[in-house]
Amino acid sequence: MSVERFLLWAALAAVSFAAPAMAQGFAGLGTDAEGYSRVEPGHPFAFPLDHGAHPGYRIEWWYLTANLEDRSGQSLGIQWTLFRNALAPLPEREGWQNRQLWMAHAAVTTEDVHLSAEAFARGGIGQAGVRAAPFSAWLDDWMLAETQETTMGLGRLQATASGDRFSYDLQMTTTAAPVLHGDQGYSVKSEEGQASFYYSQPFFRIEGEVTIDGESRSVAGEAWLDREWSSQPLAADQEGWDWFSLHLASGEKVMLFGLRGRNDKVFNAGTWIEADGTATALASSDIALQPLATSAVAGRDVPTRWRVQIRSRGLDLVATALNAQSWMDTAFSYWEGPIHLDGSHDGVGYLEMTGYR
Amino acid sequence: MRVVWVFLTLVSHWRRRPFQLLTLVLGLAIATALWSGVQALNAEARASYDEAAAVIGGETRPYLVAEDNSEIGTKAYVALRRAGWHVSPILESDIVIEGRSYRVVGVDPVTLPIDVGILPREGNDDEAGDLAAMLVDPSRAFASRETLTMLDAEEGEPVEAGDTSLPPITVADTVPPMTLITDIAVASVLTERTALSRLVVTEDPPGTIDDARALTGLPLDRIDPETSGDLDRLTESFHLNLTAFGFLAFLVGLFIVNAATGLAFEQRRPMLRTMRACGVSARALAAVMLIEMVALALVAGLLGVAAGYGVASALLPDVAASLRGLYGANVAGELSLSPLWWVAGIAISVVGALAATGSSLFKAYRLPLFATAAPHAWALAQRRVLRVQTATAIILALAGAVLYFVGHGLVAGFALMGCVLLAAALSLPPALAAILAGAERLARGPLVGWFLADARQQLSGLSLALMALLLALGVNIGVGTMVDSFRLTFTGWLDQRLAAELYVGGETADEADRIAAFLDARDDVDAVLPVWNATTRYRDWPVEVYGFRDHPTYTQNWPLLASAENAWADVAAGGDIMVSEQLARRFDLGIGDEITIPAGRGDWTVNVAGIYSDYGNPRGQIMIALDQLLARFSDIERDRFAVRVEPGRVDAVMAALRDAFALTSGQLVNQQALKAFSQSVFERTFAVTLALNALTLIVAGIALLASQLTLAGMRLPQLAPLWAMGLTRRRLALMELAKALALAALTALLAVPLGLAVAWILMSVVNVEAFGWRLPVHLFPMQWVQLVAMALLTAIVATAWPAMRLRVMAPSALLKVFADER
Repeated sequence: MSVERFLLWAALAAVSFAAPAMAQGFAGLGTDAEGYSRVEPGHPFAFPLDHGAHPGYRIEWWYLTANLEDRSGQSLGIQWTLFRNALAPLPEREGWQNRQLWMAHAAVTTEDVHLSAEAFARGGIGQAGVRAAPFSAWLDDWMLAETQETTMGLGRLQATASGDRFSYDLQMTTTAAPVLHGDQGYSVKSEEGQASFYYSQPFFRIEGEVTIDGESRSVAGEAWLDREWSSQPLAADQEGWDWFSLHLASGEKVMLFGLRGRNDKVFNAGTWIEADGTATALASSDIALQPLATSAVAGRDVPTRWRVQIRSRGLDLVATALNAQSWMDTAFSYWEGPIHLDGSHDGVGYLEMTGYR
Repeated sequence: MRVVWVFLTLVSHWRRRPFQLLTLVLGLAIATALWSGVQALNAEARASYDEAAAVIGGETRPYLVAEDNSEIGTKAYVALRRAGWHVSPILESDIVIEGRSYRVVGVDPVTLPIDVGILPREGNDDEAGDLAAMLVDPSRAFASRETLTMLDAEEGEPVEAGDTSLPPITVADTVPPMTLITDIAVASVLTERTALSRLVVTEDPPGTIDDARALTGLPLDRIDPETSGDLDRLTESFHLNLTAFGFLAFLVGLFIVNAATGLAFEQRRPMLRTMRACGVSARALAAVMLIEMVALALVAGLLGVAAGYGVASALLPDVAASLRGLYGANVAGELSLSPLWWVAGIAISVVGALAATGSSLFKAYRLPLFATAAPHAWALAQRRVLRVQTATAIILALAGAVLYFVGHGLVAGFALMGCVLLAAALSLPPALAAILAGAERLARGPLVGWFLADARQQLSGLSLALMALLLALGVNIGVGTMVDSFRLTFTGWLDQRLAAELYVGGETADEADRIAAFLDARDDVDAVLPVWNATTRYRDWPVEVYGFRDHPTYTQNWPLLASAENAWADVAAGGDIMVSEQLARRFDLGIGDEITIPAGRGDWTVNVAGIYSDYGNPRGQIMIALDQLLARFSDIERDRFAVRVEPGRVDAVMAALRDAFALTSGQLVNQQALKAFSQSVFERTFAVTLALNALTLIVAGIALLASQLTLAGMRLPQLAPLWAMGLTRRRLALMELAKALALAALTALLAVPLGLAVAWILMSVVNVEAFGWRLPVHLFPMQWVQLVAMALLTAIVATAWPAMRLRVMAPSALLKVFADER
């Protein structure tokens, strides 16, 4: 990836959380949301409509991660992400004049390799987009789409993507309803009140084929689909974040994130999700995220071993990266990869870390 | 240490003879200047082609186009992307801003890789910021500084040019002139089109072209980089032409250097002998002379390259205009040269200097310590040289003959020219010697006898300069004959070809229809003749297809080189076609031959009924009946008309058209304007050739001057005895002048047949190979007279100074000859 393209996208402020390192340099993320729809509490979610795009908001993503095992018991992970970025407020213009930009990331991670790919498209012409029902999200030939319509939407999905050395074709099913984070889906990101709309579908069972370097393997496991949109997701002084999605062996799911501000100021938040889907927001003071060890990744030190605590739930575990070199070498580079959990609870999960320099 | 003293002693010579030093440096600098100037022009033009090719995504990546050049819809593009094809759309079209036509290239910065070369590649932040700014209002355009000036715009400011609003422009030197690179959304608004021109393939596709056709339902074709370099191929001849001229000028320049170093050696002979006698080894002496020469060559090379830059800068606008006129190639009007070019220029100066001084250096190395003058042996050696020259000339002439009969291609054409020129140059001294010897036999009186014998003796010293003069004159006559023949033919051809009084174009086919209807309704308009065309490729060569409506305008005026009976009637009826001379020659087509033309709606096999000349067109062309064009071809440009207007009503019709339609100057042209434009293209095309021609002649003049100066010094021993026998210095000086004039006159006379040979090769061999047309040769004797006069004038100027010096030479200097052992 060339420097120019990097700067191009940086200047476009194409991605927010994926690139908080840029947040300070480019005012767009933290401040300038004028003309865009605002994220306010009390927004009633409506499915399947809200599975689709919200072009009035500046940024939005469909974020799928999955912890898989092949027949020989080897662990691996995959990522499929589609980002939407509005360069101008509504009304949306037709055809080539459209000012929405799309970016997609895909990755496959095993203990030994981490392969990633990215793609870009402009909106308005059909090269990329999201349709609410029947659900379909796509960019070029990468796709996350419903194979069978269900009442709440997204009960049965297919995910496909390919890069230079990998490809995957996976089927996912769930019967659980979407889980709303924060206050009924209103997820606060800073003490100044930056927020997003945020919900997840963490109960997917997933199986299919993953091909790495021409070698295809059958895989199965658990998948987590995140949906988030906002116009002003970060405070100006927030530099990066650490985000965890945990599939506990006991059946619960946990979402945690810590936004790192200047002067080591951290803003934590999370959601405890019972096996039946009941969600409880976790208070910032209830959560402790502590790096235990760092690895040299892409010329920087990145924590790849964490102590994770939720005091109210008696959770105290160590999360270790499956592959410490899970670096997304994309226009906006960041760390994203599968983790495994040991301690008060066992399990697997995904970790995303941005803003490490 | 000794080397330093030897060096200083040798160099002291130049202090006493600054003019000689000047000649030497000047000769070398001029030779280098012309050579590197031509190289700079070629390099600049080629770089521009590469950029142009890169802009259309041609040179570096393959691209997809619709077979009949029809448009590619956005849907087709998306269908390919969604099937995993990594293609990037290009929307390209021309727009007219204040009467000037600009190329708008719309790109999608989101899918276009940087290395395709369209977008600026220098990785500085500002430009990357501009790149990003392409996607948000008010967007950004990239253009060369030249274009910015044309638009009268400030960098980074929004542009309001005429009725057109352009995004703020960022200057990018990688963009060809008259081209604007914008975001595809901006281009779509500017050009009022939404369909795409082509799709650049940015990664190996997941399928075949048939898959792409199936996906899009379009007759897509994949154009690979190898076949898209048309511009390079088309202009190859032009550059070869320039290179040949540059080389010729360089050679002539080396003659000067040779003369100057020969003189220096001659004058330093006593000094060298003294130093050898003092114990300096021959090797040390030769080495020091070598160092001296290289040092001089470096200085001269630097001057030469700088001057070459000047020459190239001065000629570039003309070259650019020629290339634009001839081939439609856009060449930047500003030179941007790599350091390598400077180094190469200086290097060629050093190499040239060493080549030209080789004999002097060798003589210094072999200088006998106590050599006495050995005129007889020298004369014998001279005869041997003449024999070798004659033999070489004969071999070259034979080689030329072989080349003519079996050679093919442009390079063979130029090789033939080289053989003829060199053979002529080499046979000049023997020819002159023979003429003088013949004259000697007829001569009466001792003085005349001496005059002729001495002239013959002098030949060897002057032969190189005379050869240079012969070459310069010969090439001048040849090129002059070609240009004037061409002008005569071209003007006549234009008169016939541009028979219609007015040429009108609509912005769109729709407007064109309305204009045609408007004109048809007028009484003073005799006929509205469509000038509609499509493009195709015949055996991978681009061919324009013109449809015409049967009208006396064609049958009475259109010049045919060859035709079958009733050719026009047959073609108009749709049975046969006419082909341009270029097409006919390239594929060896004759009257009655069958030709299969790929047309939009299937191949079409027809007979050739006529061949017409189509000077100046780098592409092939065919003329077919209008009905056939409409029936067989798609994507027809149908927006232009030739209009026959009653005499005296042209201005009225033009005024009426302007009133009824808002036509720009480019859309409505009368016959005179079009002719004037064509002729200006023609003149500019040969402006460079003629300029180089003149420079070559000047260099030859300097060569002659240098040689005369050399000889003047060397010839004192021959002249002093005559002076001693009673001839006055004035008489001697006049005789010297007469001798120079006689030799120059003989050379100039011999240059006339050589020039005609050159002209014939240019017109019947080189032009046919390079451009695909043959020209009738016309003779221009007045031109020859002028050139012979100019040669004589050059000789007088070159000899005047040495002769003047002889006239006022102190008797003591002449007396010294008898005292000096030399």
